[in-house]
Formats: sequence, structure tokens, C-alpha cells
Amino acid sequence: MTYEFDFSSLLPYWREFAEGVWLTLQLSAISTVLGFVGGALCAIARADGPPWLQRVVGAYVEVIRNTPLLVQVFLVYFGIAILGIRIDANLAAVLALVVNVVAYTCEIMRAGIQSVHKAQIEAADCLGLTKTQTYWHVVLRPAIERVYPALVSQYVLLMLASSITSQISAEELTAVANRIQSDTFRSFETYIVVGLLYLALSFVVRGAFSVFGMLVFTRRRRLGTPL
Amino acid sequence: MPTFGFNHVEFLLVAALWTLGLSAIAFIGGGILGFVIALARVSSSALVRGLAGAYVRIVQGTPLLILLFLIYFGLAIVGFNNLPAIIAAGAGLVIYSSGFLGEIWRGCIESVPKTQWEAAECLAMTRWQRMTRVILPQAARIATAPTVGFLVQIIKNTSLASVVGFVELSQAGKLINNSTFQPFIVFITVAVIYFLICYPLSAWSRGLERRLNVGRR
Repeated sequence: MTYEFDFSSLLPYWREFAEGVWLTLQLSAISTVLGFVGGALCAIARADGPPWLQRVVGAYVEVIRNTPLLVQVFLVYFGIAILGIRIDANLAAVLALVVNVVAYTCEIMRAGIQSVHKAQIEAADCLGLTKTQTYWHVVLRPAIERVYPALVSQYVLLMLASSITSQISAEELTAVANRIQSDTFRSFETYIVVGLLYLALSFVVRGAFSVFGMLVFTRRRRLGTPL
Repeated sequence: MPTFGFNHVEFLLVAALWTLGLSAIAFIGGGILGFVIALARVSSSALVRGLAGAYVRIVQGTPLLILLFLIYFGLAIVGFNNLPAIIAAGAGLVIYSSGFLGEIWRGCIESVPKTQWEAAECLAMTRWQRMTRVILPQAARIATAPTVGFLVQIIKNTSLASVVGFVELSQAGKLINNSTFQPFIVFITVAVIYFLICYPLSAWSRGLERRLNVGRR
């Protein structure tokens, strides 16, 4: 084995790597926010909606959770093209990621909502809280706090899974790597660098989420008791 | 231009067999390696625990796609230039699965109540006996449902093996799409086949979980 590693030929490309990281972060951030809102709404619909809606949401969740993201990405990308609308690959990537992560968030949030004790909802009813108030103050907040770790893991996985959108040439980190390695012929080095960048990203994202969690869920700090 | 027809469906079904084969390789290989990782994660030596922890963190912190590229180009560097694609794809998926299965199983081992460990120790069992006779049988019962659940993840993630040129279900779909250019029907068919493989497993996993909780109540 006489392979000589040469990372220096990648140096001139630092700007492209940085742009890839930035786009990956943007893709994940947008999909996370939209996915969380959509997933929470789906979970409420599934727990409390009319029966037909419950069935529709349930079917949607099952279909998404039992097919690969890659196929979903292709379907969204080509499906939209067939409708005659031309959209940017990055936009298609966000759409596909959101469609995917809404289903997973819905399932996690459902578990959280189910964990809220029925007596609490009845108590809220007795206090004359409206349905919206009950959901916001009594159900959703503790539900989110309980499933927060699971949500964080899911969103870190989403950030990593956004690499799959390189297959429809969304210009995120993996697509940048594919282009650089075909420019420099330094494939192994390029993917080592990108692998390390993803590793760093996953630590940063996880850290950011845990700081955010500490800021948002103050109950534990104030009362010193677990939920 | 050929249109999507019965021959194509047949081609997809054959490719689905490759998806199943690759999943089996990933599950068995990843299971063996993951079991070692899980044991290392609860080892009494801090060094072993740390190394296994770092392995899990690295595998879980990099996308499978990058892992596959690294192995594909890495194998070429060590001189295996003309290996069949299934080797690189299989190796990547084995490493990926071992990282996740190891962590799932560690959780299961640690969820066996501490009193069981202590009782086994009081009975003067060796560490080996304690693991094989007391802890692992109980952990295995807890582990079945999440393991079947993860099997679904493995099957779905074999779709990424297409990037190293392995013709499984997704890659077959891409090939057919390139010749017929009917992406919608082609990828819907591909998705339906994946769903038919994965859904029974998901349902089974859920059933196992329900039964386990009944036992605990």
C-alpha cells in the first residue's frame, strides 16, 4: 500500500466546504422548524381529530415511516416536475425533508401527548379553560418537555439525512464533496474532511438543542423536581 | 421509448431480493459487531467503555452516505480495486447497524434492574455467568421490539447502497426511470414494494412492544 495522503490539495476549496456546511445547516433548520410545527399539528389531529382525519394522518405516518427517504426525495422532486412546475432542487429537498420529518415528529409527539394524565385534562376542563388553552398550557408543554430528548435525536438524524438530498443535486455539504472529489481526484481525503465536518455539526447541533432545552424548560431548574 | 410494464415490475422484484439480501448481511454482521459493542459499553474497564462510546458517537454522527463513500474509496486505496459493489455496501451497512444496534442493546442491558445484578453477585456467580444466565436473557426480552424496529431502518437505508453502484430496489428504480422516463409510476411502485416489506415488520415490532408492556403491568 503506497497511498500518500494529500489534504493540502483540498485547502483551496475551503470556501466551498463552508458554503456546503452553511446550506446543510439552513436545510436542517428550516425542515426542523416546519417539521416540528407540522408534526405537532398532526399529533393533535391524530389524538383528538374527527375519525376520518385520524385515519388519514395515521396512514400518512405509516407510509412515510415504512419507505426510504431516498425514494421520497425522488418522488417529490420528479412528482413536482411532472405537474409542470419547475422548482429549485434545494426547495424540493426542503419539501421532501419536511414531508419525512413531520411523520416522525407526529409519532414522537403522540407518545408525549398520551403521557399526559387524563385527570389533568379533566381538571383543565373544570377550570373552564378552552380547548386551545388546555392544549397549550396543560397538554403540549409537558408533552414536549417529556419527549424533548427523542425529538433532539430525530432532528440530529434529520441533519445527517439531509445528505441524501445530494442525490437530486441540492447543493449541500455532500453534494459539494461529490463535486470537489471529482475536481481533485482526492476522494478519500475529501470524504474524511466531510465526515469530520458532519461529526462536528452533529455535536454542535446537539449542544445547541440542549442549551435551548435548558432555556425553554425552566420547570426543573425552578422546582428541582423532574416532570 | 419503452413504457413501464410487467417486465419492469419483474426487474424491480428481483432487485427487491437484493435489498433483502443486503439487509440480511447488514443485520447479521451489524448484530454480531453491535453485540460486542454493547458488551464493551457496559464493560468494567473504563478504556474499553470509552473506545466503544467513541465508536458509537462517530458512527451515529456521520451520515451513512459519507460512511459508504469512505469505505468505497478506502477499499480502493488499500488495493481492492475491482471488488463487487456488495462488499463496500455490505461493509458500510454493517458498521452503520453495529453503531445503532450496540447502543439500543446497551440500553436494554442497563434497563435490567440493578437488584438482578446484585442478586447474581450474591449467589457468587462469575461475571460471565451473571451476564449469560441472568442479565442477557432478560435484556433480550426487552430488546426484541426495538431490534425489529431497527430492522426496518436497515431495510430503508439499504437504498443508499445505490451510490456505490449496487443495484438494489432504489437503484433499479433509477435505471428504469432513465429508460422510460415515467418517474412517478416507477418510484411509486418502488415505494409500494418497500412498504410491503417494511410494514409487516413495523406492525410486528409494535405488537411485541404491546405484549412486553402487558407482561410488566
